[in-house]
Amino acid sequence: MNNESLSQIFINASLVNNFVLAYFLGICPFIGVSGKLGTATKMGGAVMFVMLISSMCAYGIHALLVSIHAQFLQLISYIVVIASTVQLVEMFIKKMSPALFKALGIFLPLITTNCAILGLALFQTNKEYDFVQSIVYALGAGAGFTLALVLIAGFREQLEFAEVPKVIKGTVLTLVIAGILSLTFMGFSGLGG
Amino acid sequence: MIENAANNAPSSTDEFIKGLWKENPVFVQVLGMCPVLAVTNTAENALAMGMATAFVLLMSNTLVSILRNFIPKEVRIASYILIIATFVTITDYAIQAISVDLHKSLGAFISLIVVNCLILSRAEAFASKNNIGKSIMDALGMGVGFLFALFCLGAVREILGNGSLFGFRLFPDQFQEWIVMILPAGGFFTLAAWLLLFNIMKERRLRHEQ
Repeated sequence: MNNESLSQIFINASLVNNFVLAYFLGICPFIGVSGKLGTATKMGGAVMFVMLISSMCAYGIHALLVSIHAQFLQLISYIVVIASTVQLVEMFIKKMSPALFKALGIFLPLITTNCAILGLALFQTNKEYDFVQSIVYALGAGAGFTLALVLIAGFREQLEFAEVPKVIKGTVLTLVIAGILSLTFMGFSGLGG
Repeated sequence: MIENAANNAPSSTDEFIKGLWKENPVFVQVLGMCPVLAVTNTAENALAMGMATAFVLLMSNTLVSILRNFIPKEVRIASYILIIATFVTITDYAIQAISVDLHKSLGAFISLIVVNCLILSRAEAFASKNNIGKSIMDALGMGVGFLFALFCLGAVREILGNGSLFGFRLFPDQFQEWIVMILPAGGFFTLAAWLLLFNIMKERRLRHEQ
């Protein structure tokens, strides 16, 4: 059991230990889809939704695996659950909004290999959160991921028009901005207690 | 890139070399970024992580290549992930048995090898289409290339951030450590610097060819 209060968990996951800027989880979509503000927001929403569902499933699976003494299956069962959740979300988005489906492109199925989601499931197991705490943790992590993605996308949209040397354009520039953002986010340390 | 290589019928050595330099997974393809940034705060962690990843890559590439004619196309990604997850679990328990300290400092990032895009992309793009020998060479090349890149990052961050390499002090006591290099921000900056170096070298080569 873990005694952290819910607000503490949320602030910790979203700001102090931001998944992207402090734990480096989910860097691939972070660099890939952070070019446009609109896409970034929607990507953040999709990731948050997958996080929420997989976090709830992970809690159930962990309880089940502990009861049958088969913790070594943890990793395999987590990844299977996450892969099927992503498949569901993909079908849902394809049906509801084909335009969004096109905009997210290859990065939608790649949510499966988004480390942030598997990382979340593993961290919540390590920290021994109960069911409600897990949900809040997932929400916080999703909010943090979206925040980082939107911030970077905003910067990158502005920098489109800036005159930068050709060799720096693209990934290098994004990484430098991410580094500066990461420094800024260090200002939040100590906030979550 | 792979299709081009197939036309010239490359030898196994070529498959090995290309992962090291021309298609280096980190510096050229920018794949598998999470562990690259997260565990490279010291050279030792970087080497351990690189070796673990290379091992999983080698085993999964071999097995995927052996099974490539038996796995139905529709469920191939799921099967690859299961194969990878199995080997990662083995690696995880092996590292725990070898050194508890190392296991602690790498933390959840060993388990996160499962979602390293590099491994899945090699299984999908190479091992599922080529024979066992070539797949092993490809995995070795990519694995060593990944290890090399991790070491480059880890060494720079440890030397500047801690004033040491593998725990040995390099500078006299007056040296002021750049604490920022060990922090997450340092990871972003170091990787950006290495990518910049590679970009500049690429530019220069292109200009020479013209």
